[in-house]
Amino acid sequence: MLCQECGKRPASLHFTKIVNGEKTEFHICEACAREKGEMIPGTSGGFSIHSLLSGLLDIGPSGKQVTSKNTENLQCKECGMTYSQFSKVGRFGCSSCYKYFNDRLDPLFKRVHGNTTHMGKVPVRVGGHIQTKRKIDELRQQLQMMIVQEEFETAAKLRDQIRELEKEISSE
Amino acid sequence: MPNLRFTDQPLSEWMRHRGNESDIVISSRVRIARNLQHLAFPMLATNQQSEEVLKQLKEVLGDNRLSEYGRLHLLLLDEMEDLDRQILVEKHLISPNLATESRNGAVIISEDESLSIMINEEDHLRIQCLYPGFHVHEAWERATAVDDIFEAHVDYAFDDKRGYLTSCPTNVGTGLRASVMMHLPALVLTQQINRILSAVTQVGLTVRGIYGEGSEAMGNLFQISNQITLGQSEAEIIENLHGVVLQIIEHEKTARQKLLLESRLRMTDRVMRSYGILSNAAIIDSKEAAQRLSDVRLGIDLGLIDHLSASELNELTVLTQPGFLQKKFNEHMDRGERDMYRAKLIREKLGK
Repeated sequence: MLCQECGKRPASLHFTKIVNGEKTEFHICEACAREKGEMIPGTSGGFSIHSLLSGLLDIGPSGKQVTSKNTENLQCKECGMTYSQFSKVGRFGCSSCYKYFNDRLDPLFKRVHGNTTHMGKVPVRVGGHIQTKRKIDELRQQLQMMIVQEEFETAAKLRDQIRELEKEISSE
Repeated sequence: MPNLRFTDQPLSEWMRHRGNESDIVISSRVRIARNLQHLAFPMLATNQQSEEVLKQLKEVLGDNRLSEYGRLHLLLLDEMEDLDRQILVEKHLISPNLATESRNGAVIISEDESLSIMINEEDHLRIQCLYPGFHVHEAWERATAVDDIFEAHVDYAFDDKRGYLTSCPTNVGTGLRASVMMHLPALVLTQQINRILSAVTQVGLTVRGIYGEGSEAMGNLFQISNQITLGQSEAEIIENLHGVVLQIIEHEKTARQKLLLESRLRMTDRVMRSYGILSNAAIIDSKEAAQRLSDVRLGIDLGLIDHLSASELNELTVLTQPGFLQKKFNEHMDRGERDMYRAKLIREKLGK
């Protein structure tokens, strides 16, 4: 059977999609499947999460397909992994990859997680001042609200709290 | 092989206890992924680097605070037989990936097997906590406490913006995967399962069968876990899972009551037929065994069978997996022999 997308290569992936009781069958080749990554439900057959991901990795910041020229030079100086290798295996080689591929990661994380920024736990020793910075951001937002609501007394207290925390960070 | 107990006993000690809602939620699990700074992730790590990871993490075992979790055993995968590794996978103590692909892979298992810490899996460190029944909050509390102990000794790869850095982009941020294993026979029987499961996937959760990624749900057992690890706090992730699972429990309960009320005779027939087949069959494959065991478990939960316990069923579910069968009867069996021995083992267990 030929791939129903390109009609050239043999179809190697066969799956059935059921939406609201409506059944649709797909017979496509791996290359077309990769392009259409998001329509494959779960991790059926030999189609792993990593191959699914790699479909998402070729998309640049503008949402357009990145030409191979742009990604060719992108390489992690720490472990040597190139961006195109990363987009094939769907896994980072080391923690520095995050730094070297940073410009490409926002759209990827947006698609996978719907978010780009960590909001959870912070390690005590390595984390440094992140907790304090987050607290300051939070207080600043409250401060803005208080000013809008003309609650100047509370606003002044918040301002003092923020100054205290900022002092804490700069003193170390 | 010094720690025979982990591969000889099918049922982990922690599974013998009954937890919340344990007629529907079999177990709760939390796993956190962590990596060490300045060392390549296991996929690219040199032998020397993965040895270094193992060395650094092994040293943490000396921390007194870990004694709270009972005696801890370190098993080196390289020193284990293939079959023993497979059994650890069947008990969910290690992942298939650690069993077959790791270099310098190791696992630290607590005496009651409720805590298992994988080293040099896809990430340097994976801390896993298991609870019987519905206890995701407790599992998280425990995992994060163990995480704190490790963090006091080693430097984690962490980034202000991206959080805990992991090998796979699907784990970055919190590195947290929380999951519950649910037995949902009534929702399957009443054909509501697909509607419910597709709703679940729309709120950032995923569903899969129990034994490994991508396999279909055997014996009406479903694993529900969070998909998103970045941009939500751990508390939000746990709370989201908790809330959704509570609703599924309610639906399953309603469906069970409805089945009992409207077709008690047919339910009894189904349960007792399966019981009859399990007690008498001479050959049974793993898929049929899982389905029949599911019927019998439902029979126990509905009060249609009263001389068996859920714990005995849990034990049979693990015992009838290929690795355990081979361990018990013969190291080298083909599929046909396995089906025969599986039937024999179930007959003996039910016939006592």
